[in-house]
Amino acid sequence: MKKSVLASLAIGAGLLAGASSPSPVMAQAMEQFMPIPIYRTGPYAAGGTGYFGGFMDYMAMVNARDNGVNGVKMIWEECETAYDNARGVECYERLKGKGPTGAAMFHPLSTGITYSTFEKGTADKVPVVSMGYGRGDAMVGSVFPYTFPLVTTYWSQNTAKIKFIGMKEGGMDKLKGKKLVNVYHDSAYGKETIDILNKQAAMYGFEIKHFPVAHPGLDQKAIWLQIKQFAPDWVILRGWGVMNPTAIKEAARIGFPREKMLGVWWSGSEEDMRPAGTAAKGFYAAGFHPAGKNFPVLKDIEKFVQSKGKGNIEAERMGTIYYNRGVVTGIISLEAIRTAQEKFGKKPLTGEQVQWGLEHLNLTAARIKALGGEGLVQPIKTSCNDHEGGGAVKFQQWDGEKWTVVSDWIDADKSLVRPLAEESAAKYAKEKGITPRDCSKEM
Amino acid sequence: MLYREAGQFKTSYQKDQAIFPIRQDRIAVWALLLAVFIAVPLLADDYWLGSIITPLLVLSLAAIGLNILTGYAGQLSLGTAGFMAVGAFAAYNLNIRVPELPLIVDFLLAGVFAAMVGMVFGLPSLRIKGFYLAVATLAAQFFIEWVFTHVGWFTNYSSSGVISAPPMHILGMTIDTAVEKYLLTLSVVAVLALGAKNMVRSRIGRSWMAVRDKDISAEVIGIPLLSTKLSAFGISSFYCGVAGALWTYCYLGTVEPAAFDLNRSFQVLFMIIIGGVGSILGSFLGAGFIVLLPILLNNIAAMIGHGTLQADTMANLEHIIFGGLIIFFLIVEPHGLARLWQIAKEKLRLWPFPY
Amino acid sequence: MSDLNFFFEVLIGGLLSGVMYSLVALGFVLIYKASGVFNFAQGSMVLFAALTFVGIMEQGIPFWPALVVALVVMMVLAVGIERVVLRPLVNQPQISLFMATIGLSYLLEGLGQGLWGTQVRALDLGIEDMPNETIQTMLGIQVSTFDIFSAISAALLVGLLALFFNKTRVGLALRAVADDHQAALAVGIPLQHVWAIVWAAAGLVALVAGLLWGSRLGVQFSLSLVALKALPVLILGGFTSIAGAIVGGLIIGASEKLAEVYIGTFTGGAVAAVENWFPYMLALVFLLVRPQGLFGDKIIERV
Repeated sequence: MKKSVLASLAIGAGLLAGASSPSPVMAQAMEQFMPIPIYRTGPYAAGGTGYFGGFMDYMAMVNARDNGVNGVKMIWEECETAYDNARGVECYERLKGKGPTGAAMFHPLSTGITYSTFEKGTADKVPVVSMGYGRGDAMVGSVFPYTFPLVTTYWSQNTAKIKFIGMKEGGMDKLKGKKLVNVYHDSAYGKETIDILNKQAAMYGFEIKHFPVAHPGLDQKAIWLQIKQFAPDWVILRGWGVMNPTAIKEAARIGFPREKMLGVWWSGSEEDMRPAGTAAKGFYAAGFHPAGKNFPVLKDIEKFVQSKGKGNIEAERMGTIYYNRGVVTGIISLEAIRTAQEKFGKKPLTGEQVQWGLEHLNLTAARIKALGGEGLVQPIKTSCNDHEGGGAVKFQQWDGEKWTVVSDWIDADKSLVRPLAEESAAKYAKEKGITPRDCSKEM
Repeated sequence: MLYREAGQFKTSYQKDQAIFPIRQDRIAVWALLLAVFIAVPLLADDYWLGSIITPLLVLSLAAIGLNILTGYAGQLSLGTAGFMAVGAFAAYNLNIRVPELPLIVDFLLAGVFAAMVGMVFGLPSLRIKGFYLAVATLAAQFFIEWVFTHVGWFTNYSSSGVISAPPMHILGMTIDTAVEKYLLTLSVVAVLALGAKNMVRSRIGRSWMAVRDKDISAEVIGIPLLSTKLSAFGISSFYCGVAGALWTYCYLGTVEPAAFDLNRSFQVLFMIIIGGVGSILGSFLGAGFIVLLPILLNNIAAMIGHGTLQADTMANLEHIIFGGLIIFFLIVEPHGLARLWQIAKEKLRLWPFPY
Repeated sequence: MSDLNFFFEVLIGGLLSGVMYSLVALGFVLIYKASGVFNFAQGSMVLFAALTFVGIMEQGIPFWPALVVALVVMMVLAVGIERVVLRPLVNQPQISLFMATIGLSYLLEGLGQGLWGTQVRALDLGIEDMPNETIQTMLGIQVSTFDIFSAISAALLVGLLALFFNKTRVGLALRAVADDHQAALAVGIPLQHVWAIVWAAAGLVALVAGLLWGSRLGVQFSLSLVALKALPVLILGGFTSIAGAIVGGLIIGASEKLAEVYIGTFTGGAVAAVENWFPYMLALVFLLVRPQGLFGDKIIERV
């Protein structure tokens, strides 16, 4: 009965023949490979196609306009994960060795896949970049050398949200005695911010109540009736997928003002608002980048890629939140490669070399302007021990048609986030038997 | 010609009861074991071992578990992933809370915990049958998922509710490369599969089948329904539990409860139906089919649809082909791949003189 | 607001949610009754119907013609399924048929999204999902206009189906087939036609469910997950009873909302988000008392 393995090997042989046949992208040498673990099917397809569409468009634009990064062309290959952990791991393993030097980095675009790949990335020396998702404590670079929750983590943006609420209330001291509700997706992603919210509640003296919404969150009447009973001043929404429009509609049904609702960035895309129709008007969402097409970099993509019919996504989705997030990812990822090239030479780099670039990223305001991303990307400076870099978010409001930016960059409360992250990272290191590297020795 | 049993006589009861009564089969099995233990680790690279063959073996084990329950004892279950989750979380908690225990003992105890949970959820099977039972096992699936998401103790109070497999040591060896993980998985799966094969040929297996075919008749001839059904649930869940522990330790590494969601249950159910209900071999064949097909389709899609707008269509086409092939196989051979294998063997026995 | 009012709001909200679950469960019942197939693809049919309808509307076709076209598409689909999937699988064990419908659900999801794209779309039926003011002033509780509308739609649909089943020739044939396949064949009822009709009726139910759910959630992949909400309704009400689907839906809807609110309150929020498993547990406990569900056919076994 163990014959089956033979049978599966036979099937496998056919597969191997398919997988390893030289694809055109592997032929030349001056190429840098980027894995694209996309999800085009399943409940979250809108996010997967938008994000990686923007990312691929940006890389195509850099190839067309500048002939790649310092002459090294970007190449990439898609792998469908269907937002499934196991498929994501397979994609990671399949793509990590492609191209002349292997994968530059890996963007899982799923908290679950981040969890399942970051240890493999550390072992294989492939940086796993989870921009705006993944585990918050991974910002501690000494424990997580190859994991980069760049730009901002859930924990950081959460402190920014409280700051924003404070601003709206007219000062942080006004938060005292206020009632807040945290409606979250009942998963690893949703639970990330509970601890930090509790800490902040104690700090500022507001009352916080957490309401988990069971996946997928098609019907939330019971929860919103309870919220109505509680009568909060603000509601923080940590939703994902179909849970978002449903939550907004339920809020409308109990007559809770949407101007008092605040979403994380996974609750803040056009796809989340549109199904809610007019009910979504006035809803705020945090974002580490704004929507819109009015940036030089998007105009270049239009000129060099989309207008030539070479786009990786329908042209009308350009400028949406997910698309722009992909472009921001592209800008930061390629800048990291560029940084690494300064040290290791203008040639295709290995994951290990790119890790150095990610750790020595210094995206200044001037540099961002030169890249055409002014207002789209925030300044980022990383180091051996700080794998986050930025931490600021902007707030946007839905006017029924589109997002409008309503705040400037609001910085996270790092003095609060950092110790929490270090505590959590230390616990992880202990469980795993990891000795953190000494960052004072590395420059 | 080569595959012929002429001249092999069963002269003792022992020979009559062998798992593989035909000499050629025995040789083939030994050759296969040699191949998978020695040749495969030497030939296959990390990608194949770590991300295709290992998960395939783990899911085969889960499929054997479900096959015991559904294929042999006739109780349709959709709670497989839930029982896998019990195994995974039990192994994790044993490992960090009782570090003195050897890893293999952790795995086995994880299976025992899963078996206990499985038996509790198996109790309704005494009254509920068919699809009613299938939907009732969904209660197990959702309830278990919920418990692991909500009770912090199980995840060692991790803020996000994920568990991360600690480094593995067996007899002082550290198991961390793809080859070592593969060999560990293979050993566990091989031993348990052999156990399952023997079990279904023994008294307990035969009483399962009697219950499957007609439970009232089985009761009439003196098979106790309670213990038979519960033992099927227990042993099935034991297999699923060990599979869950392996899934966490040897494959994913860090998991959240959502890694054991309903889709995983369905995936395992696919495997036994495509592979063959009531066949240990079928569990492996089905797992091979269900794991490899989407990857194969995706590879083909990547070759054709690279960097074009058609990629969307390709991704959906994969879905369509996958669904279509399932229907196709059911129509062509409702008894699964194992049946095809059996037919091939029958043909081979007579070849080249079928008349 | 008083506790009693709150209780009634939760209760009524739950009952109305239950109606929405019943709508999906109806599709399952229709097909199970006539062909003994546990059609797992019903959720995907809901998605496919809604996607088709919205896709057609996007081509600039107005509401009613689009509805007719979508209905025709669902009927063609039903006939196709009967021809390609069911007919070759006649006399196979139930589990094989069940599996085939799972394969079918993959196929439909791929087909729907492949044809119409993966984007999330809004669907506006022109009915406000806001508290109805008349009811609020009269009774002092908030009930959404949309919920009332969907309850009325469901009632109409059930009425229509009941008429069809009980007052037409085809309906008679359907009941005969549901009773005994072989006996029906023996008296000359064309099984294939009946199955095609039943699947078409299930397609109609899927379309109505797709429109109502779609206008609430947006037309997107997650629509196919509403099937999971319908399953406990199905076991509680019995696989073979239309009345069971309705009553089961009401019981499940009301009790799950009350459980979510009051279990949460009593345990201080420690036990929350029970909505995924509570209905299943409830149905399970119920089944222990009545293994065939509320209105299901009593299982009589002969040896």
